[in-house]
Amino acid sequence: MRSTAHPYMANSVAEIKQEMLDAIGVERVDDLFAQIPAKHRLRHALDLPPALVSEVELSRHLRDALARNETCEQNLSFLGAGCWQHHVPAVCDEVVQRSEFVTPVWGTPASDYGRNQAWFEFCSQLGELLELDFVGLPVYSWGCAAGHAIRMAARLTARHRVLVPQSLDPERLAVIRTFCEPTATASHIDVTRVAYDPRSGRLDLDDLAAKLSHDVAAVYVETPTYLGQIEADVAAAVELAHEHGAEAVVGVDPISLGVLAPPGAYGADIAVGSVQPLGVHMSCGGGVGGFIASRDEERYAHEYPTLNLSLTDTVVPGERGFTIALFHQTSYGSREEGNDWTGNSTYLWSIAAAAYMSLLGPEGFRELGELILQRSRYAASLLDELDGVRVRWPDGFFKEFVVTFDGAAVADVNRALRTHRIFGGKDLSRDFPELGQSALYCVTEVHTAADIERLAGALEEVLS
Amino acid sequence: MTGLRRYHAPVWDEPLVMELSREGRRGLVFPQAEPEVRRRVGDAAELVPASARRVDPPALPELSEPDVLRHYLHLAQETLGMMGISLFGTCTMKYNPRLSEALAVRPELAQLHPTQDEDTLQGVLELVHGLDRILCALSGMDRFVFQAGGGAHAAYTFACVARAWLADRGELGQRDEVITTIQAHPCNAATAAAAGFKVVTLMLGEDGYAPVDALRAAVSDRTAALMVNNPDDMGIYNPHIDAWVEIVHDAGGLCFYDHANFNGVMGKVRARDLGFDACMYMLHKTFGAPKGGGGPAVGAFGCTAELEPFLPAPVVVRRDDRFVLDDDRPRSIGKVREFWGNVPQVVKAYAWSRAMGADGIHEASDLSVLANNYMDKRLAEIPGIERSNPQIAAPRLEMTRWGFGRLQQETGIGVVDVANRLADYGIDGPWLSHEPWLVPEPITPEAGEMWSKEDLDYWIDALAQVVREAYEDPELVRTAPHNQVVHKLADRPVDEPDVWATTWRAYLRKQRSAATA
Repeated sequence: MRSTAHPYMANSVAEIKQEMLDAIGVERVDDLFAQIPAKHRLRHALDLPPALVSEVELSRHLRDALARNETCEQNLSFLGAGCWQHHVPAVCDEVVQRSEFVTPVWGTPASDYGRNQAWFEFCSQLGELLELDFVGLPVYSWGCAAGHAIRMAARLTARHRVLVPQSLDPERLAVIRTFCEPTATASHIDVTRVAYDPRSGRLDLDDLAAKLSHDVAAVYVETPTYLGQIEADVAAAVELAHEHGAEAVVGVDPISLGVLAPPGAYGADIAVGSVQPLGVHMSCGGGVGGFIASRDEERYAHEYPTLNLSLTDTVVPGERGFTIALFHQTSYGSREEGNDWTGNSTYLWSIAAAAYMSLLGPEGFRELGELILQRSRYAASLLDELDGVRVRWPDGFFKEFVVTFDGAAVADVNRALRTHRIFGGKDLSRDFPELGQSALYCVTEVHTAADIERLAGALEEVLS
Repeated sequence: MTGLRRYHAPVWDEPLVMELSREGRRGLVFPQAEPEVRRRVGDAAELVPASARRVDPPALPELSEPDVLRHYLHLAQETLGMMGISLFGTCTMKYNPRLSEALAVRPELAQLHPTQDEDTLQGVLELVHGLDRILCALSGMDRFVFQAGGGAHAAYTFACVARAWLADRGELGQRDEVITTIQAHPCNAATAAAAGFKVVTLMLGEDGYAPVDALRAAVSDRTAALMVNNPDDMGIYNPHIDAWVEIVHDAGGLCFYDHANFNGVMGKVRARDLGFDACMYMLHKTFGAPKGGGGPAVGAFGCTAELEPFLPAPVVVRRDDRFVLDDDRPRSIGKVREFWGNVPQVVKAYAWSRAMGADGIHEASDLSVLANNYMDKRLAEIPGIERSNPQIAAPRLEMTRWGFGRLQQETGIGVVDVANRLADYGIDGPWLSHEPWLVPEPITPEAGEMWSKEDLDYWIDALAQVVREAYEDPELVRTAPHNQVVHKLADRPVDEPDVWATTWRAYLRKQRSAATA
């Protein structure tokens, strides 16, 4: 045993421990573990790496390990595909590192007041972006949000089939399939894929109409799609769903909503998406978070699995408070009778997102959306001119687009690009064999024209 | 009585950010696209199909950058968190080392993409693998994964792994029951149900846990799994847990150890040694990563080699001197969340484990149990409060449930009033109890290893003071808090559709319609 007190443990001082033992009236700490039968106790020493109690040593050890990473700051990265490199305002970083926001759990409505207000401002501002009135507190990810929304629709309609686009992100699809359960369970939801039009990359409305029937609980569509295309006819897809009594669940990238129509404007019943673009670092995928929103109607509100924070009053006239509405329908309130389950999620990111949305305001979202549209289009246009490179759908996309290599494998291209300190687009060849050797390129506000020209130059060299 | 602090929460009367808006102000501007970009691609609006364009700009607030900063700093100050003392039971409030917080925002962690080539992620993969090895040593399991975004999500991961294991044996559908206890965290029952299982809940017996015979009566050829905590939230350890595991195994089911309450038994018992097939740890509680008010979190899910093929993919594995993301796993359940984990939280847990070491982890469980029993001794001297399961004399582990039933009978003051009044002394509301409340007016403090003896004494002194107030001046407690950001909530029915408002736009609409009604 160490003789020095541990910096994280105020009572790791022999005299203090003795004072506490004396107060309890036992001789040894071990006497306090009397409930645990001897045969349950671990008998050998824990086989752990040596302690690094000194922050000096620990810091060095961790920094040495992390230095073996190569970052999207040292390299020019065009990876997106569900986790995007956007600019994170310094104010967002400052706010989410405040100890008051880092350390709370569930205190009282008064002692949690500031944090609750920040959460309410997240829901409120997201509601403005979406033009939807009911927004739950965040869930783990976009895929989880879609999974919950599909299960909401199944409960609402008592039907067990969901239609999803063929172009869906394989990561999100895998999560959705988990939520929809295997065929052998009674509550299984069948996941049926709807083709996309190979000429436009957009949902094939004829195929959607053909697959719709009165056993479909929900039509799930995304705009922009995983492959970047803006669904120009999303309203028609929503209408088709409604004609068959199905719920229309729409996945959106909230950062696009300064320039793209909001789901509330085209009749979406439930909207889902990612929180990460709104002021949260990628953090190797650790930055993901998801949201669920809908029209503020009783039938939807009662199916939310999330905690739902409501503005309310205190006993003092004119003073506001916040409280959880509809608690009884969560798993905390009703165990297995609740809607799915809820638990610790990604709530801190909602505060980053609240600050982000108020920094941008309506003009910021418009400017940002336009810049992304222009820069990504510029990139697509330059790449499409290269020999051996085709941009699959050269217009009508937002932020991401599909690049097809004729005569080269994406894996080889990306390996060669790395020698130029470039991370090429996400390799689609395994998940979308019909697209051949294709990659999904992501261009955001962080990519300058010069960056894009550097990519084009490097690709030209790599492919020559 | 030691002197209680003259605490008062900061009161900023901070308006909602939407109310701070002044048209034309900007908090962040973006550059114009470069001239060569504009020349080539033209006007941005033309790049969106007409039918897909936004018509009305979003009604977001317009503020300057410093005003946004100051607004959220005011809201931070209007949040107590661990600035005061928080003994929030089941959440194991402990120090979140600021070294980890500082490292998490460095580009070597923050500016990584999860689908980067493995060659460019060797540092972070090494740390993730390192935590896997540490958790295996602590649990006896063979492999841990970090895809689950919280403890409940790890319970869900288990339910999905159980599904896949049953399907592999041709028993999915037939074995459709998951057994749990009324004292297990509600997420066990809820995630089992969400994964398609029926839930069988065992009630507690005289000893404070469900009797072995109740479990024997519950198992059958329909039993898929057992999902259970031990010790429970009352600090009671089920000494027959190894027999439980045997009974469920004999019936053909799997056993999952929800290690939410690991802090008191770290280094003392191992899930695998007790026979369990899988377990989970909450990195944002036991392993020093912060709570963040409700995440970002990680439920680290570990299992035996037998269940390893079913784990969500990819799994970080070591091949010679290189770390790889293995996603060639044909029997995998697929995914429970995108990508492969909340990597910064995993790094923080790794950092905490290294800072503690084996001795430190042992000492932390010692200190948390010592602290809880120290508190029990002093709490027992306070009138109006009673220990749960008073018939059990043995010392509790890292937390104890107490009840204010008598205080409520004698003064009309319940535990919610007590929590509101404690906040006036700089103490954040402690955990009460999960549903259902088996103990009237429950309170569940958990001391953990971080809080000093002085902090614990202050907490108990403050509680004693509140109880004294309840007997002498109940109105003072009933109308609490008095020194807080705002006052107690009005008794307003927020579960009514014309009242609840989860967004400002809903609130304004409902206010308008109430005014015209």
